[in-house]
Amino acid sequence: MEFLSDIASLINSTLRISTPLVFAAMAGIFAERSGVIDFSLEGKMLMAAFVAAVGSYFLGNPWLGLLLAIIACVSLSMLHGFASVTYKGDQVVSCVAINILIIGLTTALAAAWFGQAGLTPTLTEDQRFLEVNLPFAESLKDVPIIGTIYSDILSGHYIFVYLAYLSVPLVFWVVFKTSFGLRLRAVGENPSAVDTAGINVFAMRYKALAINGVLIAFAGAHLSTAVNANFFREMSAGRGYLALAAMIFGKWHPKTALVACLLFGFTDALQIRLQGVELPAIGEIPVQLIQAIPYVLTVVLLAGFVGKAIAPNAIGQPYIKER
Amino acid sequence: MAPVDKSKVPWWVSNLIVPLVNLTLALLVSGLFIFIAGENPYEAVRLIIYGSFGYIEGFAYTLYYTTNFVFTGLAFAVAFHCRLFNIGGEGQAYIGGLGVFLVAINFSFLPVPIVWLLSIAGAVVFGAAWAFIPAYLQATRGSHVVITTIMFNFIAASLMVFLLVDVIRDTSQMGPHTVALPKEQWFPSFKDFASLFGIKIRYSPLNISFLLAIAASVFVWFLVWKTRWGYEMRAVGHNTQAAIYAGISPYKNIIIAMCISGGLAGLLGVNEILGVHHKIVAGFPAGYGFTGIAVALMGRNHPIGIFPAAFLFGILYQGGSEVTFDMPNITRYMFVAVQGVIILFSGALENLFRPQIESFFVNRLNIKASA
Repeated sequence: MEFLSDIASLINSTLRISTPLVFAAMAGIFAERSGVIDFSLEGKMLMAAFVAAVGSYFLGNPWLGLLLAIIACVSLSMLHGFASVTYKGDQVVSCVAINILIIGLTTALAAAWFGQAGLTPTLTEDQRFLEVNLPFAESLKDVPIIGTIYSDILSGHYIFVYLAYLSVPLVFWVVFKTSFGLRLRAVGENPSAVDTAGINVFAMRYKALAINGVLIAFAGAHLSTAVNANFFREMSAGRGYLALAAMIFGKWHPKTALVACLLFGFTDALQIRLQGVELPAIGEIPVQLIQAIPYVLTVVLLAGFVGKAIAPNAIGQPYIKER
Repeated sequence: MAPVDKSKVPWWVSNLIVPLVNLTLALLVSGLFIFIAGENPYEAVRLIIYGSFGYIEGFAYTLYYTTNFVFTGLAFAVAFHCRLFNIGGEGQAYIGGLGVFLVAINFSFLPVPIVWLLSIAGAVVFGAAWAFIPAYLQATRGSHVVITTIMFNFIAASLMVFLLVDVIRDTSQMGPHTVALPKEQWFPSFKDFASLFGIKIRYSPLNISFLLAIAASVFVWFLVWKTRWGYEMRAVGHNTQAAIYAGISPYKNIIIAMCISGGLAGLLGVNEILGVHHKIVAGFPAGYGFTGIAVALMGRNHPIGIFPAAFLFGILYQGGSEVTFDMPNITRYMFVAVQGVIILFSGALENLFRPQIESFFVNRLNIKASA
């Protein structure tokens, strides 16, 4: 039975750890399907974490913090659009600028306002999201198998965990089953054809970026107002890039991206478990090397054991209307 | 607004006026940040200028930072000419430093100048090797170098901490760093140089690596604009299809450009290890690799632009530390944010006012010509 509960707790933490990656990958799908590269997921996630924590601290309500985080992330997405859609600047440069700006700004402001080397004050229980216990979780706990699955794995997560996995079918439906989604994908594949059909390419890309901003805000709020009770510097720790790699590995498709996100989450959960454990034949692996596993996995996935990733055709190119 | 005929725009408008306007905008926004953080931006500017020019040690520090930024700026620029975004300067510099140290410590029986040359070669080889894997994956598998090089930064950091803690740590000390190199291998510093003229300085990290930075700038200029390699690299960067049609291999050039870029970033290790710390200290690249991006974009990816841009960032860094010393609300992260703003305005938003500025000057020149 100990083995079973080990597995259950591993799956439980996989679901939790994958959550910000899932939000970020879904956000990335919207931007990149519309033809706009988004390496700035990392910066936006960090911004959301900062704004959510600070907002919730001052306003006393995590939902208001989340709302402010959404506003902040949509603004950053609009900045990215302003630079790379309207002014046709280099999209990658714009993302790098946003990432570096946010790493600096969040830590600098946290230090200036709270004077604790880039930490925000710890949130009280009212100011953060708490774990949600699903109905009957307690009473079903002792039922074999079902109890383990329902009470130990599915129940007791933060609200963001459930929202993240609900967002996947929703994103799938919007992108592949609605006329908005059709236009979105068309703008990323062949913008001039879409323009000929009378659809505003720029407006479509801005809309996609706005949705992207909303989704990524959830990832950041999850980090600073749910799993942690404060913001600390560079707390996104490369998750924006991991999510992007998962999205590319998932071929810009919500379902396969989800699988890749879960794979990352699982390696990370495993990585945490492996720290300090003596492995047969190998012995104890130094903690620094174990921590590098998700990053190595990203490179391996990107190198692609499943063939070359084909990006949306018009990705990275600013659209220039014919004169 | 109709774009102006590019050939009619004088070089100093597009290469001097426009970047200066963008820089001014970036600094205005940065001033706003300092204001939000609760300090006086005007006072901050005064401190920056005093800290970087006001006394000889400060000015030497400015030049020391300049040295680092020249290396990482050139590194980003070389890859950028091939349309590659090498964000991995940080990791390449870290591994480059490992190369310097390993060569210097293992060949210490050789005469010092030869050890220096070998160490520089070690920095280049190790830095290039760290850039090679992302380059190879980009060339063969299309794995975007932005993600892979970022990942290689994380991996380099983990690897180096592992080495510093478990493998090459100076076991007689507590901190995660190696033993010091023998004293005769240390690069002559500005302090030694100044004492020749009877000027006494307490301490200065500035050393002869500054000359290496100048040499590297000349090398990059020659390589990119005067050699066949440079031509092929730029051709692949401008138009890959046309380059293939002309018989130029994008595969080969992506790898060459990235390796040269990584090698240049590795040179940062020479300045830091032989010139300053004389041992490997955990985290010595300290963000210089990322600053190189801003330096290169501001300097329009040309050595002649990169040098003054690196100097400007030297002023910001050294003056910035003066600011953090005097203003409790400002930390060094504020200057990371300033870099982001500079990248935004001189990179991504460089077309914001370019058409207006260019047509303004072209019209004025036309009026003059017709008068």
